[in-house]
Amino acid sequence: MSVYFLCLVLFCIGLYCILRKRNLIKIIIGIAIIEYAVNLFFVLVGYKMGGRAPILSPGQSIVDMVDPLPQALVLTAIVIGLAVTALIAAIAMRVYEKYGTFDITKIRRLKG
Amino acid sequence: MTNHLLPLFVIIPLASAFVNSLLGKRIKGFSDIISSIATLFLAVISVYSVFLIKDSGMIVYKVGGWAPPIGISMVMDGLTSFMLVTVNVIAFFISIYSINYMEKYTEKWNFYCLFLLMIAGMNGVVISGDMFNLYVFLEIAAISSYALVAFGTEHEGLEASFKYAVMGTVASSFILLGIVFLYSFTSTLNMADMSMEIARKGASCIVLLASVLFLMGFGLKSALVPFHAWLPDAHPSAPAPISAMLSGVLIKSLGIYALIRIFFSVLGAEPKILSIMMVLGVLSMMVGVILAIGQWDLKRLLAYHSISQVGYIILGIGLGTPLGILGGLFHLLNHSVFKSLLFLNSGAVEYAVGTRDLEKMGGLREKMGVTANTSLIASMSIAGIPPFNGFWSKMIIIAACVEAGHFAFAFCAVIGSILTLASFMKVQRYAFFGELKSTLNQIKEAPFFMKLSMIVLAVICVAGGLLLLPDVSKVFLGPARDAVLAGSEYAKDVFAALR
Repeated sequence: MSVYFLCLVLFCIGLYCILRKRNLIKIIIGIAIIEYAVNLFFVLVGYKMGGRAPILSPGQSIVDMVDPLPQALVLTAIVIGLAVTALIAAIAMRVYEKYGTFDITKIRRLKG
Repeated sequence: MTNHLLPLFVIIPLASAFVNSLLGKRIKGFSDIISSIATLFLAVISVYSVFLIKDSGMIVYKVGGWAPPIGISMVMDGLTSFMLVTVNVIAFFISIYSINYMEKYTEKWNFYCLFLLMIAGMNGVVISGDMFNLYVFLEIAAISSYALVAFGTEHEGLEASFKYAVMGTVASSFILLGIVFLYSFTSTLNMADMSMEIARKGASCIVLLASVLFLMGFGLKSALVPFHAWLPDAHPSAPAPISAMLSGVLIKSLGIYALIRIFFSVLGAEPKILSIMMVLGVLSMMVGVILAIGQWDLKRLLAYHSISQVGYIILGIGLGTPLGILGGLFHLLNHSVFKSLLFLNSGAVEYAVGTRDLEKMGGLREKMGVTANTSLIASMSIAGIPPFNGFWSKMIIIAACVEAGHFAFAFCAVIGSILTLASFMKVQRYAFFGELKSTLNQIKEAPFFMKLSMIVLAVICVAGGLLLLPDVSKVFLGPARDAVLAGSEYAKDVFAALR
């Protein structure tokens, strides 16, 4: 049970990072933390303590197998997360070129 | 073999984006032609799919030949084909509009690549019958829209894109978390199978938790009011065709369609969730329109109206009655037509005048007849003046509110409509009527393709009310409404269609 709770803590750290930090790069790190928390939770959902790899071979009965589906899905989710992080980092670089700062309190042309 | 039509909705835009990225840079004009042809073909097969659905009810395609619940499935029912028509028809007109409009940007072929990827993502979300697949397509559409908002690489665009990307990613994380919870509860990802499993196991707090996560995630994607902060920045900062695409169809296929599909077809329409949707709808309706009135930036004003009009749609859907759902879906279609038209008009004005500030315009009617007249039609549609399409859908929503006994909501909807009228009178007064400013003597009307797509969309606005005729409604809007109302019958239909 405590691992799930720690996942929640990790998620909240990421959320805090996005909401409270002023630096664009730190916000990107916060996004990465949130993604990791969700992915970790997804793997844990399919994990079984002491389970073995889900390979079916003749003459073996199916006992104590780890659910392989979340692992495959998390792989996809990690790739998506990579694309998002790369894109946001590229945008942050262009923002720095234009505004000369990473501080979000100084990047405020849009309002109203 | 009609079910082989289904993967085409994803394959065509993906393949043409790929070909575009290979050849678009080398051959001049190639990307214009290929994306127009691809979107035209998509629009044609989406209209054709409406007639297929009328005959056969529901079509299921098994990706890779694996039968659900093991394999991924693509499902087409009335609601899906309705959304596909909305997305692809609008996408076609926006694509031909971009031929002229995007001339002022460099790297036009990159724009078409991202544009086609976004269409692939949206079609995928709409057609997918698998939870995780829905998430993947949603991310494809979302990532390309982040990049498209920043396409101009100007100050505003980059700032808005960063904000949009951060909020969008958090929303996607919530959605993925909701999918994880549902998977842990039902041990399946197929929507139909999941729906049966939830019905078998009965209500649980895990399902409730997942619904709240979905409401947050998709609520942010569709810009309902507590989650709307990104929209008024992101939509105006994008190039005009992309603003039209984002406001017209992206928030609907990623946000509203997904909300409807998950809450009605998978989780079963819970009265609690529906009442939350209604309250959020009314809130967005009022807050959006009140914030819109004070705006002087033309595109920002339109963006706030998107929030308000999404409120109408969600209110109609949240009522859960046949009339309310019909009104909500019809308003979804109408809003995507007139809002994209308004954004295309604002693009034409910006193309000619070079500003979006209403105070610097005036008397444009003399010089830009087509833009002025089409925007007048769109403004009257959005304000709900008969006989334009917006009037009919708003009237149905208000009538449905009264029928369901929610008089306060009906009253709010009427007030919202009046305030919408007021703010569009402001747009017309400052931009198109009045005296032509001396600084604007040199401006010219927009080029041919821009005029063409604006005129066709205006004609759809005028003729939109005809979709309510009993014979037409039986083919187009009726099946969509029935698909929403079917609720958990969806699962049975999917498995029946497989046999």
